[in-house]
Amino acid sequence: MEPKRGVSGPVQLDEDSRAWVSALTAHGFRRDQAVTRLHDLLLRAARSEVGRRRSTLPHLSPAELDDLVEQAADDALFAVLRRLEDFRGLSRFTTWAYKFAVLEAGVKVQRRAWQGREVPLEPGHWSSVIDNDPSPLEAVEHHELGAAIRRAILADLTERQRIVLVALAVEGVPIDVLAERLQTTRGALYKTLHDARHKLRAALAAYGFGTLPTPEDRT
Amino acid sequence: MSGLLNRLLGPGEPEFSCEACFDELDRYVDLEVAGADADREVPGMRAHLAGCPACAEEHLSLRALAAADGDAPEAPA
Repeated sequence: MEPKRGVSGPVQLDEDSRAWVSALTAHGFRRDQAVTRLHDLLLRAARSEVGRRRSTLPHLSPAELDDLVEQAADDALFAVLRRLEDFRGLSRFTTWAYKFAVLEAGVKVQRRAWQGREVPLEPGHWSSVIDNDPSPLEAVEHHELGAAIRRAILADLTERQRIVLVALAVEGVPIDVLAERLQTTRGALYKTLHDARHKLRAALAAYGFGTLPTPEDRT
Repeated sequence: MSGLLNRLLGPGEPEFSCEACFDELDRYVDLEVAGADADREVPGMRAHLAGCPACAEEHLSLRALAAADGDAPEAPA
């Protein structure tokens, strides 16, 4: 179940955020200037994100990387202006705007990095991954737990859940790449992953692995 | 082992969806940058970031940008 979120009641915008919203909802020259400044802000965020992930795109030239940055900033600008009414003032405007550029740049870099790479999605591919000897599951330190996980994946998950769980958790396919190949969204895929994980935990509990630790316990 | 087990089992506690994470990420990050208790104010975020590598990457990037916001273009007049 998803935790409650959000804050009710009016929120006082900080001075800079109020200036951004006021200028972006104005008309004429003042708005045009604000849009140009916003694009500069988004370019900065997109450049930072593409630069951070640059090692995943060793084959791209500086000009091609710049093109990715520009595309991400343009798409983020469109998203920010389209969703301006959603800005609630619960953060600084700049932080709110940055997240659109980070998302656009990150997704574009990952999809470019996986362009031309096969993501096997055929029913049954998961079984070859699971059945491979040694499979990644053999790396699980307790062999009994590894065997139980294998059994639960085979017996308790739907075909779709197996494909998504194996691709994301075992094979390391980025979720936005898988979403593009399956023509769905990150959110929908994560819901499938979440449901698969829930079933996996329940099955492992039924097999006698009662209390499995949370990630923070395992670190 | 723990990396694979983490990815297979997920956080195992109530967590945001990716959509909710995106909606709340800017607030969570600004609370972090301000030194506030972001996890108390935005319950469900930390668990989601533990279970979703894509959102976790965006969290780190956004936090770095927000922390360096002094370099950003000035707000419009």
